[in-house]
Amino acid sequence: MNFIAEIDIMPQKALLDPQGKAVTSGLNNMGFKEVTNARIGKHITLELSAENEEEAGKKVEEACKKLLANQITESFEYKIIAS
Amino acid sequence: MKFGVITFPGSNCNQDMIYVLREIMNQEVVELWHKDSDLKGVDFVVLPGGFSYGDYLRSGAIARFSPIMESVVSFAKKGGYVMGICNGFQILCEAGLVPGTLLHNNNQKFICKNVFLKTVNNNTLVTNKIPTEKILKIPIAHGEGRYFIGNDGLKSLHDNNQILFNYCSESGTVSDEFNPNGSLENIAGVCNLQKNVFGMMPHPERAADTELGNTDGKLLFESILNNVLA
Repeated sequence: MNFIAEIDIMPQKALLDPQGKAVTSGLNNMGFKEVTNARIGKHITLELSAENEEEAGKKVEEACKKLLANQITESFEYKIIAS
Repeated sequence: MKFGVITFPGSNCNQDMIYVLREIMNQEVVELWHKDSDLKGVDFVVLPGGFSYGDYLRSGAIARFSPIMESVVSFAKKGGYVMGICNGFQILCEAGLVPGTLLHNNNQKFICKNVFLKTVNNNTLVTNKIPTEKILKIPIAHGEGRYFIGNDGLKSLHDNNQILFNYCSESGTVSDEFNPNGSLENIAGVCNLQKNVFGMMPHPERAADTELGNTDGKLLFESILNNVLA
């Protein structure tokens, strides 16, 4: 079966996210005064084949841990969708 | 002594490193290619600065999977000497050969300037010839040099004297004011627990030739030769 994995990788909450901080002040300067914080991460889409959804999830989890996210500074979440 | 300098796609400090080792330090240097897996009998592996694989995903993240890195990891595990400068340090972090990781500078800028460094541990292969009170002036050139490690890791770095350098003022004051990139505790370089793998963001190879008016970086290369040849 073919699946699509939608992966979100975010800097851990306790860490300074300078990119997010710059965007927050940019938005504030443009008049979006109600924006109090922005955090910026990555969205990765993987297309993969696997026996079933559980297997696909295991592969994606492994890919995130081994390469896609650096667990010292980033957290990840994913959704598996049958395609 | 036989040094191996690795070139990854996107390395751009490899020739500077080769020049210093070969011409200034008079050592044998082998150029290693990222697709090779043979380390060609070198005694010391250097991972130079640059933007390996375009820094895709995270700096150093893809380079870590180069064929040569498998050999470097097993070489290091057997006690072989490895040093990473700038992007080389980022690769060593991603490969898990030195603890911690390097994030975007806290001001979101690429910083290229001379900084001052205080040597924290003068008793390692790469620092033993640096006089105890000497403050080094060595350039940095990076966008992702904010060193970070979790609390347990930081404690272990302190407990085992693994911190090599702190960013400081010209007179040696270590404080936020003299921290160029937001590194945790001003950390500019670390080594592994076994003290055979070294990583640092500043570029000693850019401060090793009298023609360039600054030879503070040469002390690191002299340390290496002093220790190994002694």
